[in-house]
Amino acid sequence: MSRQQEKLIVAMPKGRIFEEAADLLRRAGVNLPPEFEDSRKLIIPVPEAGMDFILAKPTDVPTYVEYGVADIGVVGKDVLLEEDRDVYELLDLNISKCKMAVAGLPDWKDDGNQPRVATKFPRIASKFFREKGQQVEVIKLNGSIELAPIIGLADRIVDIVSTGQTLKENGLVVHEEILPISTRLIANRVSYRMKSEAIDYVYQKFASVVEKKED
Amino acid sequence: MSKPLGFEKPLGMRDILPGALQKQRWLQHRLLESMGQWGYCEIMTPTLEYYDTVGGASATLEERLFKLLDSQGKTLVLRPDMTAPIARVASSLLKEEPFPLRLMYSSNVFRAQAKEAGRNAEYFQTGVELIGSNTVDGDAEVIALAVSVLKAAGLKEFKIAIGHVGFLEGLLEETVDEAEQREELKGYLHNRNFVGFRKYVDSLGLDNEKELRLKELLTLRGGEELIQRAEAITINGKARKAVTNLRQLWDALEAYQLTDSVLFDLNLLSNLNYYTGILFEGYAAGQGFPICTGGRYDGLMAQFGRPAPATGFAVQMDRLMEAAPFVAKEMPRTLVLYRSEQRTIALEKARLLRQEVGVVVTQRKDEWDPRTSESYDRVLDLTKEAQ
Repeated sequence: MSRQQEKLIVAMPKGRIFEEAADLLRRAGVNLPPEFEDSRKLIIPVPEAGMDFILAKPTDVPTYVEYGVADIGVVGKDVLLEEDRDVYELLDLNISKCKMAVAGLPDWKDDGNQPRVATKFPRIASKFFREKGQQVEVIKLNGSIELAPIIGLADRIVDIVSTGQTLKENGLVVHEEILPISTRLIANRVSYRMKSEAIDYVYQKFASVVEKKED
Repeated sequence: MSKPLGFEKPLGMRDILPGALQKQRWLQHRLLESMGQWGYCEIMTPTLEYYDTVGGASATLEERLFKLLDSQGKTLVLRPDMTAPIARVASSLLKEEPFPLRLMYSSNVFRAQAKEAGRNAEYFQTGVELIGSNTVDGDAEVIALAVSVLKAAGLKEFKIAIGHVGFLEGLLEETVDEAEQREELKGYLHNRNFVGFRKYVDSLGLDNEKELRLKELLTLRGGEELIQRAEAITINGKARKAVTNLRQLWDALEAYQLTDSVLFDLNLLSNLNYYTGILFEGYAAGQGFPICTGGRYDGLMAQFGRPAPATGFAVQMDRLMEAAPFVAKEMPRTLVLYRSEQRTIALEKARLLRQEVGVVVTQRKDEWDPRTSESYDRVLDLTKEAQ
């Protein structure tokens, strides 16, 4: 009952995660309209589910949720770690699974000079190397990270690896895995209490269809 | 580094313009008035404190302190909160005052911000400290006062979530033997990372029953019924004591008739290693961040040489500003325009008008910008009368 009164604002990343998350919600019995994924609108109201969906750039999802303009959000662990926002990380949805890894040319050897690392994830990369006691120069790039070692901008890269196909096609190999990545359900600190029933409901729905194994 | 432009301010510093300040002052007044009615006395402490005293004792993280050196080379901090300075005063200047001490403040505090240049590094807090009370009555008084001041500020929809550090620690001690692993688990709770918490619990190889109890912790959020669930997952000692404490608190809050405004949230953990018992956060509908935080900090006073239990809370004024309606009574405004030779008449007129209720502005007409007349209820143009 009260769930209907408490409308939830849900921040979703555009792209692959969005489709997989929508699929999860459908399997959990949440009523989403058939044209949901094809919409080009930035805000999609779904009154039958008591939710408004905001379509955002993935890296912005934690920001929307931290500031409370979205109550909950669906976002990759890679983005969560990189953005470092103050939000509740409620559930591992076990979708869009991949790995954060260090990659480079197969014959690369540490020659003791301060090596350069190119990445879209400077915070994750800096933390990883700092904790290993290695001093590296982290170069932030915004895309086509695989280019960096090939054209000599950096020695290695830190990036998302799912099938490894892109690396392979560019002649790169994984040197080290940093951590496994999957999609998470996150919630705003205040909404988590003020809209607890609605959030618990969505949590239960997701939890009922998420693959049990959390790795 | 480039030289700042003329209008720039240091990162996170903010000017408060007349309209906003009027609202802030009004809210401060409402809050202090409420607190004062509960017997709290207002106190002011210096903006600068020693890093070694207040800086070290404060709950604020080292990297968020503003530090500077005095002429003798001692490290100073801009006060990051009011609790540590008040503990210093309570242990020194007010050393002879009998407990419990009831003190309140409304001050600016300073915290360096890493993210978002627009985030405030200086902001205003209004709060209380109740020093020397060890009973659940003290905890309840402070929570009830928090509810009361939020109501006084005009908030309609808000909630106070209450947690208990003793419960958390007790449950962890009962289930996990290694202190390091317990710290790790507390870290996950502090970062609100429930996924990480569950995965870490799984990795510990605990027996099934302990695993379940730990994971149950993540769902302990609700009203009175939650106390029994909390009791069910604890065995003895610290955690049970905390459950008893929470039950007594509930009874006390019932006596205050405000159980509608509160809920328990036993995985709530803010300010790692600072709070020692009951702690709480207040939330307002439509606000993304907590509006007030508080709790019991029985370890702080000892750092200033007068060991004592204590509890308190602080309201974040900038967040309250956004959440609260402004219902200040507008006073009628009159503008008196005059030519220089009419000065005596104009000032006399203004003096008489001010004796009635209202604002009277006297303005030489040759310096007057007609655009300002919109902000007045009445314009009295003496230059026209004279003609």
